Amino acid sequence: MSIIIDRRLNGKNKSTVNRQRFLDRYRKHIKKAVSEAVNKRSITDVESGSQVTIPTKDLSEPFFRHGQGGRYKQVHPGNKEFISGDRIKRPNGGQGQGSGKGKAGNSGEGMDEFSFQINHEEFLNHMFDDLELPNLVRKQLQDSTEYKMKNAGYTSEGSPDRLNIVRSLKSAHARRIALGGGARREVRALRRKLRELEVSADTTNMEEVEQLRIQIKELNNKLKKLPFIDDFDLKYNNLIKVPSPSNKAVMFCVMDVSGSMTQEIKDMAKRFFILLYLFLQRNYKEIEVVFIRHHTAAKEVDEDDFFYSRETGGTIVSSALEMTRDIIDDRYSPNDWNIYVAQASDGDNWEGDSSVCSKILTEQILSKVQYFSYVEITDRAHQNLWREYESLNEQFPDQFAMEQIKTPNDIYQVFRRLFEKKETA
Amino acid sequence: MSEERQPISTGPEWTFELIQEYDQELARLADKFRLDTFPNQIEVISSEQMMDAYSSTGMPLMYSHWSFGKQFLHTQQNYERGRMGLAYEIVINSNPCIAYLMEENTMTMQALVLAHASYGHNSFFKGNYLFQTWTDADSIIDYLMFAKKYVAECEEKYGVEAVEDVMDACHALMNQGVNRYKRPRPLSAAKERERQEERAEYIQRTLNDIWSTIPKAEEIEETKVKRFPEDPEENILYFLEKNAPLLETWQRELLRIVRKVAQYYYPQRQTQVMNEGWATFWHYTLLHELYDEGKVTEGFMLEFLHSHSSVIYQPPFDSPNYSGINPYTLGFSMFTDIKRICEDPTDEDKEWFPDIAGSDWLETLHFAMKNFKDESFILQFLSPKVMRDLRLFSIFDDETKSYLEVNAIHDDPGYKEVRESLAAQYNLGNREPNIQVYDVDVRGDRTLTLRHYQHESRPLEAPSTDELLRHIHRLWQFDVKLDSVADDKIGKSFCCPEAK
Repeated sequence: MSIIIDRRLNGKNKSTVNRQRFLDRYRKHIKKAVSEAVNKRSITDVESGSQVTIPTKDLSEPFFRHGQGGRYKQVHPGNKEFISGDRIKRPNGGQGQGSGKGKAGNSGEGMDEFSFQINHEEFLNHMFDDLELPNLVRKQLQDSTEYKMKNAGYTSEGSPDRLNIVRSLKSAHARRIALGGGARREVRALRRKLRELEVSADTTNMEEVEQLRIQIKELNNKLKKLPFIDDFDLKYNNLIKVPSPSNKAVMFCVMDVSGSMTQEIKDMAKRFFILLYLFLQRNYKEIEVVFIRHHTAAKEVDEDDFFYSRETGGTIVSSALEMTRDIIDDRYSPNDWNIYVAQASDGDNWEGDSSVCSKILTEQILSKVQYFSYVEITDRAHQNLWREYESLNEQFPDQFAMEQIKTPNDIYQVFRRLFEKKETA
Repeated sequence: MSEERQPISTGPEWTFELIQEYDQELARLADKFRLDTFPNQIEVISSEQMMDAYSSTGMPLMYSHWSFGKQFLHTQQNYERGRMGLAYEIVINSNPCIAYLMEENTMTMQALVLAHASYGHNSFFKGNYLFQTWTDADSIIDYLMFAKKYVAECEEKYGVEAVEDVMDACHALMNQGVNRYKRPRPLSAAKERERQEERAEYIQRTLNDIWSTIPKAEEIEETKVKRFPEDPEENILYFLEKNAPLLETWQRELLRIVRKVAQYYYPQRQTQVMNEGWATFWHYTLLHELYDEGKVTEGFMLEFLHSHSSVIYQPPFDSPNYSGINPYTLGFSMFTDIKRICEDPTDEDKEWFPDIAGSDWLETLHFAMKNFKDESFILQFLSPKVMRDLRLFSIFDDETKSYLEVNAIHDDPGYKEVRESLAAQYNLGNREPNIQVYDVDVRGDRTLTLRHYQHESRPLEAPSTDELLRHIHRLWQFDVKLDSVADDKIGKSFCCPEAK
């Protein structure tokens, strides 16, 4: 008689361990594939997983087998026109497959590459591997206005909703044992005496027996009167407030939208911002994004406007920086928020404004933010803004970073450079 | 057709009750045909679980190794792209015999799988002499459980990487880890565990004898002539397990585990054509029997025949889908033809198979299933008719000639030659290079010498051989040399580390 078992509900991810082992082993390859993928794919695509391809020779599992050469016979099906003695040209490319593969599956040619899918999570893991957020200091404890409730043992006072029943009953039980101990011991002693008297044939003790019975009854009554539970027994879960470090980040995307910025440059900038956003997402629970675009004047806008609406006019970078400063002061207190600013531009700025920028940055912004990164998307020579920022870079090596992006292929590399793990030895 | 047809089911949906009903019917028929089986354990699983099973060599449990992960990714990729359907079934040679049914299958497919796996393969596992001699269906699951636990423990103690180093080397040598002639001791997980410590100590002790550095003055001169091992050893893994000088006890145990697993699969590798042919023959026969009894509908038969004919489809050699001879086709054609020869022999059959022509077909079929492996089965039973039907022809490849030659086809002068070539093709001894442990320089630098005895002067493939030597070197930990020998002359040599 056969047994039929439904196993569908059993775990299905039995291969997870082995899969993970495989991924770990070929880390290097996967990383390479991921960084290529980031460069190639379109921006809206960063959220999905990726195909990884590894050359088969790197992951071969070798076994002893015959090479080409020697003499051997091979039987094939489906003869159409051959007769014995026919001679056929040796197919080039060496038909090595005759040798060992009894069960070659359906890949007659033999694969040169082994490819497989990794999911979004793994993709990001590899993408951001070895990167860290600069100055990843969770905001200080004492200034924090955020608290978390945390379990901290038990108290005998509290509100009924925090009553801990198990603890309370335990304590009641203990009290009953403690208070009733004496009486019970006495009852036991009296009982023993009673038994002895009952056994002895002497009838004169009847009175004493009766006495004993009454005594026992009284004691038992007394025991019964011990309350099952008392105010004294009640125990409550103790919750205490602990200040919790801020887990919030705000990201300012600042971009020049003046006439000189083409859609192509904006797209590159967008990729950079997306990378930054994804990266922050991995480190903070809550992220807000503020988009500030500017030409001669700055404006806070929503995402769509930020990337796609066109403006013309000159460029005054300081207007955007001022706006950033104002918004920080208004809404994002550095005590509660981790602040990141990413600025993208083609490097154009109105003569004379650059020094203003650097002044605002040094005096009013850099002290409040975690990190300020500037990417210049241009393949032309640098202009005054870059030079001005270069001196800032020397002054604030921890908070300030700048890089240049020339082609879309640079974006990921630049991003990695900006957020590289710093040796803190 | 006067009888009322009373099919078991009419729709494509399966239920547990229906599976049970089909199973009972099939069991009844199997009994009628004297199919002796292990008890069946039928497990319904999802396609994801099927992929899991796929990638751990079909076993319900297996130790962890990255190569299984690779297999899994490969399967998953192909499956999701729709490049490949999953096998409808996996069946495990164990007692009880475990067969997996995929939940996506239709009722017809489930019945087909039941007949194929639970009665076809199952009876083959129980009846064929190779399986009876070499595997222990009773204890394989227990043993794997032990192996899985042991490997996990080692990983915990010595680190995943250290374990993988050894396992990679073992896996590479798996085909060189079987005893081809000696029957192994039966497996028993409990005893394995008990003996493991004992064995560890013993090995370490005997090792010291071989490697003892205390000179035994009197014998030095004479012993040099003797080789160690005295007789060449074909089971390289076994040799390393017992004799590698520097391996830790746990590493030796890992070698042993891989060796045992390899040994378990050895019969399967030698009976692919027979095993699949047998199972296919029986699903075909049993389901037709059900149809004749009116237990299944015409629709059922159409669906069944559709998948049956795609299973036994043999693309011709010049088709882009061609990847060698389909074992299902060959095996099925042969068993069917044996039945025909018994029942309805032609003059040709009487000449070729005087012993079986006209005999009881069931008797003959059982005899063939029990006492042969692919090589001998083909040599014994491949009939001219099957050769003609499949249009088999043999090609001779000689590296000294610039062309290939068709040396025999499916005609009178060619039958014997085609049959012999095809049988030889299924001889593992020809298919895999013959490599043996030849000598160890016991008194000197401990160099391990292997010999490859060339068959028909076929060489080893160089890149994989180099890699293999590195694996052996990792286990042996002293120099390793491999000589290819043809006609008692040493040809090409491989060394690891490469020639100093």
